[in-house]
Amino acid sequence: MNGVELKDRIEDGWPGRARCRFDAARRVNEVTCERAALADVCRRIFHEWDFSFAGLIVEEGPDAWRLRYVFYGERDAGWVHVLVAAPLAENAFPSVVVEAGIYAADWHEREAEDLFGVRFEGHPRLGDFVLHDDAWQESVEPMRRGFDAVAAMRNRRPDADWRPQRILQEPGAFVMPIGPKFSGVTESVHFLLETVGEDVIRSSTRLFYKWRAVEKLAEGKTPDEVLLLAERFAATTAFAHGLAYCQAVESIAGADVPARACVLRVFLAELERLRQHAGAIQEICESTALVVATSQAGILEEELLRVSGNLAGHRYLFGLLTPGGLACDLPTGACREALGAARAVLARMRSLDDELRISSSFLDRIEEVGVIFPQVARAYSLVGPVARASAFVRDLRRVQPYSGYESYEFDVPSEEEGDGYARLRVLFAEARQSMRIMEQAVDALREGEIRAPVNLRGGAALGAVEAPRGAAFHWVRLDDGGRVSRYHIITPSFVNWHSFHLAAEKFAFQDFPIILSTFDLSVAENDR
Amino acid sequence: MSRWVIRGIRTGIKTTGYPRDPEHAPGVTPGLPVGDVLGAEAAALAERCPTGALDQKDGYIAVDYRRCVHCYRCVRGVPRPLAWQAGYEWAGLSGEPRAQDRLGGPFRRSIHILVVDAGDCGACLNEVKQLNNAYYNMHRLGFFITPTPRHADVLLVVGPVTDHMHAALKKIHDAMPTPKRVVAVGACALSGGVFAESFVCGRGVSEVLPVDVEVPGNPPPPLAILHGLLVAAGRKPAVPLTSAEGGM
Ligand code: SF4
Repeated sequence: MNGVELKDRIEDGWPGRARCRFDAARRVNEVTCERAALADVCRRIFHEWDFSFAGLIVEEGPDAWRLRYVFYGERDAGWVHVLVAAPLAENAFPSVVVEAGIYAADWHEREAEDLFGVRFEGHPRLGDFVLHDDAWQESVEPMRRGFDAVAAMRNRRPDADWRPQRILQEPGAFVMPIGPKFSGVTESVHFLLETVGEDVIRSSTRLFYKWRAVEKLAEGKTPDEVLLLAERFAATTAFAHGLAYCQAVESIAGADVPARACVLRVFLAELERLRQHAGAIQEICESTALVVATSQAGILEEELLRVSGNLAGHRYLFGLLTPGGLACDLPTGACREALGAARAVLARMRSLDDELRISSSFLDRIEEVGVIFPQVARAYSLVGPVARASAFVRDLRRVQPYSGYESYEFDVPSEEEGDGYARLRVLFAEARQSMRIMEQAVDALREGEIRAPVNLRGGAALGAVEAPRGAAFHWVRLDDGGRVSRYHIITPSFVNWHSFHLAAEKFAFQDFPIILSTFDLSVAENDR
Repeated sequence: MSRWVIRGIRTGIKTTGYPRDPEHAPGVTPGLPVGDVLGAEAAALAERCPTGALDQKDGYIAVDYRRCVHCYRCVRGVPRPLAWQAGYEWAGLSGEPRAQDRLGGPFRRSIHILVVDAGDCGACLNEVKQLNNAYYNMHRLGFFITPTPRHADVLLVVGPVTDHMHAALKKIHDAMPTPKRVVAVGACALSGGVFAESFVCGRGVSEVLPVDVEVPGNPPPPLAILHGLLVAAGRKPAVPLTSAEGGM
């Protein structure tokens, strides 16, 4: 089904109750519907027409709420944005989790409820999420227009003795809290493992200890200022997020990024993926206490950081992107040199892969742990290597290509088992595909401009990029003065973390670090 | 298993010569801008800095390294870029009262480091993590990461300190035995970086704890963090944190 057919189906399906506008250039069907029809429209898009749920974007207009449910499908189907509005005084909406069975929307609704005070009727778990219950009064709605990002509410102090509610009600059951500070060099996050002894029965994660309210900070700033936030809120994948953000701004401004900049962007994005995957592989080796492999993978990661630093000045590729293209040109010769260095690293990564595949003590620990079934991956609209290891394959570079990805030859690796080992194999396989793309990018480099003029104007757009951990969506709205009035970031870690408790239930305690590492989750990326 | 041993030996020695010898390998550092005399163009260039790291007076630009977030806007896309240095010995002492000679002592031989993430973006932590890899191998210098405050001599903090981490950070610091040192790592930990100041986080670690050593960079490369630890241990001299004090 293509975008035009979809438009007809929607208009036939709900005559007079849902209007549809098809934007052929962006391949977006914008469906405006009544609140009463929302759940039904979303249900059919998700369950019958097989779209993924990308996220929910809430905007507070001068006198109305505007909610935007974003879906994306296969290549031809494009995007669907379902819009509903309501007067500010009426802040109750149907929950698409409950009414349409879209579990993928669960955390999105919880976040919106927490930050805007919008209610989703029937949602079973609202409350304590971004704003920790022990630190904030119920009435605080920090993303509302009137809330001052700088002055208000400084210096509230969370209660360090906060204890979660226990769900498991068996004799001898107790909760093992881990965090927010745990283990050696780890991000701050709180795991709650419920157990009756040896095995952990269920687990949950309390996130947002690192919430820096990046989306609120962006409001009122210029696009150049917000770019700093886009690159720095989750900087292990700074380039991917910066790119998604720039694409949104370019889309609003109608800027045409020059060919050379597009090719360089692809090259850098794949270099970042290669490096991040090496880092993820290192974490997996470390979690199984395989010392030599950990050390070898660590060497690969450091070498790729050096390749990045040598090519671009910065080891995490800061400061290269700018709306309209790139802030500086990278000489073709330097790219070729970086390619050669990366190729040498990849060769050693392959041999590490070969060794791991025949290390039975290693395989024993990661096979059949942390399983995500394909139907779960679909129901939760999981993204990135985690989804693809569970046979749910929707890589944005392939299904909704950007920056010229449609002209590169590459495979999208996938596996069926959905366990820790499948995720590791996907990481290795994707690293090889990244190299394939980088080779083609260097060959495609032609001399030319690297930056197009950007005429800022009012409007809104979504930037979407396949980041190393999966799909990243950046929604940007500019006011008529060209300043950011709404910024919303939907990250792969946020989406995949939602399913993590399903992989981490009924397991032996010592497997926990392994399950966690194979998910390659970033707390900074989740918390924003 | 022996396969892995052989593989390990074949890899050979990768470890940097630092601190004995300087490290010149390309890509080990993002560098920092250098204070410079720019004359008439100084004011416009200082304006470009989004974090106020550049201060302009009478055509002279002074750099506050603690605020630099490596945006490169003072070097890219400008007719007369600021000079750039590719070093990494950036760690300085925080404040006056804790002079150089008061550090060191019990910290000279071996230190146990507790790393706390107070809201970092992941990059600072990733660079700290590199210190354990074969290229930096900080164990050879007697530096060990510990997960418990009871064993820690040095508290290494990254991130601007979000309100949600404020209480936990204080509690951890209180639980450490004395004498102890606090090393703040990265622009966010030193000044709040691009996140300060807001209703959910402040301007860095010094608002919460007494900081001894500050390591600039966004993120600081592993060698700069290593320098910070060496400074905390009294094994390397500190450097000034602003170019106005004659730094770099
Ligand atoms: S690179 Fe540093 S000093 Fe230069 S403009 Fe950016 S933040 Fe300021």
